[in-house]
Amino acid sequence: MPGRWRGPAVALGFLLPALVFLGVWIVYPAIRTIIRSFYDRDGTKFIWIDNYKSIFSTPTITTAIKNNAIWVLVVPAMVTAIGLVFAVLTERVSWRLAFRTVVFMPMAVSLFAAGVIWRIMDQQDPTRGALNAGLQVVHDEFSPPGNLQGASPSETTLTGSAKTGFVLKTPLKPGGVALLGLTGIAPEAVPKGAQQAAAPTPSSNQIGGVVWRDFKPGGGTPGKVESGELGLPGVSVSLKDANGNGAGSATSGPNGAFNFDGVKPGDYHVEIGAANFRAPFAGVSWLGTKLITPSLIIAYIWVWAGFAMVVIAAGLAAIPRDTLEAARTDGATEMQVFRRVTVPLLAPVLTVVFITMLINVLKVFDIVLAVAPGSSQASANVIALAMWRTAFGGVNDFGVGSAIAVFLFVLVLPILLLNVRRFKREA
Amino acid sequence: MGKHRLLLAGALTCALAGVVAVSSAGGAHKQRGVSGKISIIAKWTGDEQTAFEAVLGPFKTANPGVDISYQGAGDNTPQIVATAIAGGNPPDIATMPQPGTMADFAKKGSLKSIAFAKADIAKHYTSFWVQLGTVNGKLYGLFFKGSQKSTVWYNVKQFKNAGVKPPSTWPQFLKVAKTIRASGEKAYSIGGADGWTLTDLFENIYLRSAGAAKYNLLSKHKIKWTDASVKTALKLMAQVVGDTGNIPGGKSGALQTDFNTSVSNVFSNSPKAAMVIEGDFVPGVVASSNPLKAITGYNVFDFPSINGSKPTSVGGGDIVTLLKDTPAGRALIKYLATPQAATIWAKRGGYSSPNKDVKPSAYKDPLQRKAAAGLVKAAVFDMSDLQPASFGATAGQGEWKLFQDFVNNPKNVNGITAQLEAAAAKAYKK
Repeated sequence: MPGRWRGPAVALGFLLPALVFLGVWIVYPAIRTIIRSFYDRDGTKFIWIDNYKSIFSTPTITTAIKNNAIWVLVVPAMVTAIGLVFAVLTERVSWRLAFRTVVFMPMAVSLFAAGVIWRIMDQQDPTRGALNAGLQVVHDEFSPPGNLQGASPSETTLTGSAKTGFVLKTPLKPGGVALLGLTGIAPEAVPKGAQQAAAPTPSSNQIGGVVWRDFKPGGGTPGKVESGELGLPGVSVSLKDANGNGAGSATSGPNGAFNFDGVKPGDYHVEIGAANFRAPFAGVSWLGTKLITPSLIIAYIWVWAGFAMVVIAAGLAAIPRDTLEAARTDGATEMQVFRRVTVPLLAPVLTVVFITMLINVLKVFDIVLAVAPGSSQASANVIALAMWRTAFGGVNDFGVGSAIAVFLFVLVLPILLLNVRRFKREA
Repeated sequence: MGKHRLLLAGALTCALAGVVAVSSAGGAHKQRGVSGKISIIAKWTGDEQTAFEAVLGPFKTANPGVDISYQGAGDNTPQIVATAIAGGNPPDIATMPQPGTMADFAKKGSLKSIAFAKADIAKHYTSFWVQLGTVNGKLYGLFFKGSQKSTVWYNVKQFKNAGVKPPSTWPQFLKVAKTIRASGEKAYSIGGADGWTLTDLFENIYLRSAGAAKYNLLSKHKIKWTDASVKTALKLMAQVVGDTGNIPGGKSGALQTDFNTSVSNVFSNSPKAAMVIEGDFVPGVVASSNPLKAITGYNVFDFPSINGSKPTSVGGGDIVTLLKDTPAGRALIKYLATPQAATIWAKRGGYSSPNKDVKPSAYKDPLQRKAAAGLVKAAVFDMSDLQPASFGATAGQGEWKLFQDFVNNPKNVNGITAQLEAAAAKAYKK
């Protein structure tokens, strides 16, 4: 080999393996994707930019672009801010290693697995989802569910709603009996100690009544106390006179019977109070179409906050102590030290975190697929998911799919260039 | 693709073919049956793969010269097959999840006609299944595994507590649901997070309220989605999905429950709902975790009749297709069309065969037997499977999304039909 070729040949020899790998797995697919994006669904007809036009005319894809914009605006800033706060606050506490390990832990879980965890935590049913279970405890403290939750009148003689309570439509005179039949109560929900329902026989200065589960297998006859139907004990009922003023209250016994004593002549209404029917906490619909994107963002921040914290903490450790001391000696408060000294000195690190998150967020995919149930995936759509759905997830349109991929690439490109230039400058 | 690579691939293929030719020439005289290599890419994985391999057993014994390689590809089978075709290396045999997908492949020329087996298939299958496997007058597909989608599964204990019996008509069905609600339980478990459960419900209602003829027209988009018959069916559907007090978790519960959870909601010792409306594959979903026994714990009834409609059912199934026309491939297709092959899987459970000559006694589970009997007589095929996938089978768009929107607002019949029509028109134009 002639001498002047030896240098380049050796260089090429060393570079060749990397070049081959990059060529086969990066350059060729990229070029192929760009070409493919100008062809139709079957890949046979050249259709110029029609695929790109259809990106902006397909509602599911435009939703994806809007959602991605929200992600870009919120997530990098939040992750950087939270990471900074954690790093600074834990810098001088003795248990910082433990704290940082815990915050960093989600990074050790794959993003998809993290998504599955959040999918379960976000369940609406408080018996399934941890978030709603927590909220339920608070909710029930202030507004405990009634003992007749979910119940409704068996007949139209009772009017009202679960929110207002139910009133017997026909007025009663002393000596009358109120039949308050309710359905929609599961056998397990009937209080223990309940006995066969029985209507009382009130005397002439009493108004009596019975509140009972007006259901037996097959339905039974609504409005009639039949054998096999249990009374509902512990239900608070009240008596209202013709003017709607309270005229007495009572609580039903084991057979569902109750009596109002010392009732003066006149017309009265019997009422089951709304408190009995207060519904249990139904749960926040974290995974519904309205809250899905915020829920996803929370999950994503949960995963990435640890990364930001660790990187920023490393940057923090590298800040010269004497600069901070000098500021303190000059009489700066801790807040001023943080804002005027620490943050500017950390700026390069913060930029790295911010840009890394920006690129990550533009490509966000797996957490959306894992957390969002099918019914809200259209509302949660992001560009990378739209690309995958279009190309592989049933539509099988590689033309439009490639066009979305190129579109995403074009979005990421300026940030990448920025990053490369920064690296060069620092080097 | 570069010319050189093609040449290289060609050379390799020739070399391989030579090797195969030599080896088969050596053994062909001694062996009975066919010989050669068969590669299969199919949907069946896990237990289903084991079952299918058991099905292949007798074929291998009868044809010892055949070397079968099997790849279970799950729901991504069409993508993997398409990639294999594009790479110039198609499998000999592949399964297709829907007739619509099969037609796409056939029209591109990727499939070989299986007309050679038409006599065998016509002997064991009703003309309904033969027609479904036919594209432009040529037979391409054999329905090896079917599913019967006109069944309602229920929790026996909850039916007993409410004192109700399985209904056979729509008004009875609604009354049963009302009685269950009065007993303090919820009647319907809806797995609406998966859009296909909703399209299946709609298809069952539409088949019974509009009839098979209209059903087939709608599945080809020969009548519009704004047709009065669609609106009637949606109004009937609203009586179920709009009865939110009767669904665990109400409206958002219906939309956020996936299919598997909707099944375990019913198949449980402390059930959250009494009925789940889906096909014969329902018990299979909870096979490993089902605390209930068939008949005493859970049971099934046929989807109720609407306005006196005759017993009928919506069928679905996996289609076996041929991509390379070889003697071995032909022999395997013919073998899979026999009742013997189907019986092997039927005996193992989790399977219904559209093959009418599989004896009912082959199904060990009486409920499976019942479902299979319905399948043989299926009148229509799953509509969303006949439509272009972008309309009938993609999460977050087309039918799946619009039926979810309908559950969210069951009063909006006119709005939804207009949107369905617009989406269908777009999908069929492509």
